Amino acid sequence: MEKLHDFQRFIDAEEKIEPKDWMPDEYRAHNIRQISQHAHSEVIGMQPEGNWITRAPTLRAKKILLAKIQDEGGHGLYLYSAAETLGISRDEMIAQLHAGKAKYSSVFNYPTLNWADIGAIGWLVDGAAVTNQLSLRRTSYGPYSRAMLRICNEESFHQRQGYEIMLKMAKGTPEQKEMAQDALNRWWWPSLMMFGPHDNHSERSTKGMLWKIKRASNDELRQRFIDKTVPQAEFLGLTIPDPKLRWNEATGHYETSDINWEEFNQVIQGNGPCNKERMDHHKQVHAEGAWVREAAAAYAARQKEQLQEA
Amino acid sequence: MTSNHTDSQGPVWEVFTQKKSGAPYQHAGSVHAFDKEMALENARDLYTRRDKPSGLWVVPAAEIVAVDPGDAAPFFDPADDKVYRHPTFYEVPAGVENL
Repeated sequence: MEKLHDFQRFIDAEEKIEPKDWMPDEYRAHNIRQISQHAHSEVIGMQPEGNWITRAPTLRAKKILLAKIQDEGGHGLYLYSAAETLGISRDEMIAQLHAGKAKYSSVFNYPTLNWADIGAIGWLVDGAAVTNQLSLRRTSYGPYSRAMLRICNEESFHQRQGYEIMLKMAKGTPEQKEMAQDALNRWWWPSLMMFGPHDNHSERSTKGMLWKIKRASNDELRQRFIDKTVPQAEFLGLTIPDPKLRWNEATGHYETSDINWEEFNQVIQGNGPCNKERMDHHKQVHAEGAWVREAAAAYAARQKEQLQEA
Repeated sequence: MTSNHTDSQGPVWEVFTQKKSGAPYQHAGSVHAFDKEMALENARDLYTRRDKPSGLWVVPAAEIVAVDPGDAAPFFDPADDKVYRHPTFYEVPAGVENL
């Protein structure tokens, strides 16, 4: 109890926890769950965008998309490394993902149907992700916090490239504008769902906030995202797909309809449009890569043997 | 372990300090020591006399793998020719905020 008390005092003083420090088991488990889920999201998030690499409209667009997807893979690796400092192995995390025990962001279970979807993902999905990640730079676990700093710095171009695509299409031909509006219609609500359940329905939030793993509540972050994104949509001349959306002069915030939580729960439970496809693809690629890992391990073992023989 | 050739001082350890809680560990210098504990104590005595750091790491120098400076240019080459990795590559129209 003494230890727990000191731990809380340390956290309350805005000190960061490092891998070798004492921490409650529940703090360790909470971080492993959150960081590995975050890592899986980065990696699975490569799939919907990867769908458009070979069909990017210009070489410029293709190079940018490749660089962005490479960043997402890199971000997954930063986060897996941060989670590993807590005593879980990479193999365990991947096994948990494949067994459905570890989740990834539900937003990546939606399909990318037209090129404007790539714009909408950068603008909205990355916009929502970065809103959360900016807040997480101040998370109490040191390695997670440092990974967030790196990621936020690198993400700064992701949202802009997405908005650039949206702008080109929204100011383009009527057909292009229609595609941009269609992408906004389909990605708006899944983006708002990225912040998770309402605060009063989020059982884990309380401990997460107490231990400063989370630095802002789901609803607070969601509102922050809505407030900065609505004017950006207006600039594009596109309509947010929410008839109840309105500016509240008194609160200084936008008001929206409530999220379709039934859809959210269905997607979380594995019944979204692409859940099976995303997971099958990950399992397949992971299995196909097994020989590379085996060959590398065999080569390293052989090198070691040769060194001992010499 | 060529850099660890035995002399009377013991092997070399590289020292990393963390200035404040949560900050990245940064290389400070190196010390000689015969074991981990002595390495930590020597590093403390040598590199933390002024400001109290929040963390200190010592790593056997022989265990560090580094890029040969002569190879650095071609090794890192692909990193800086992709201007589109930087936000300044994209023009944000006047009137658009928080992007």
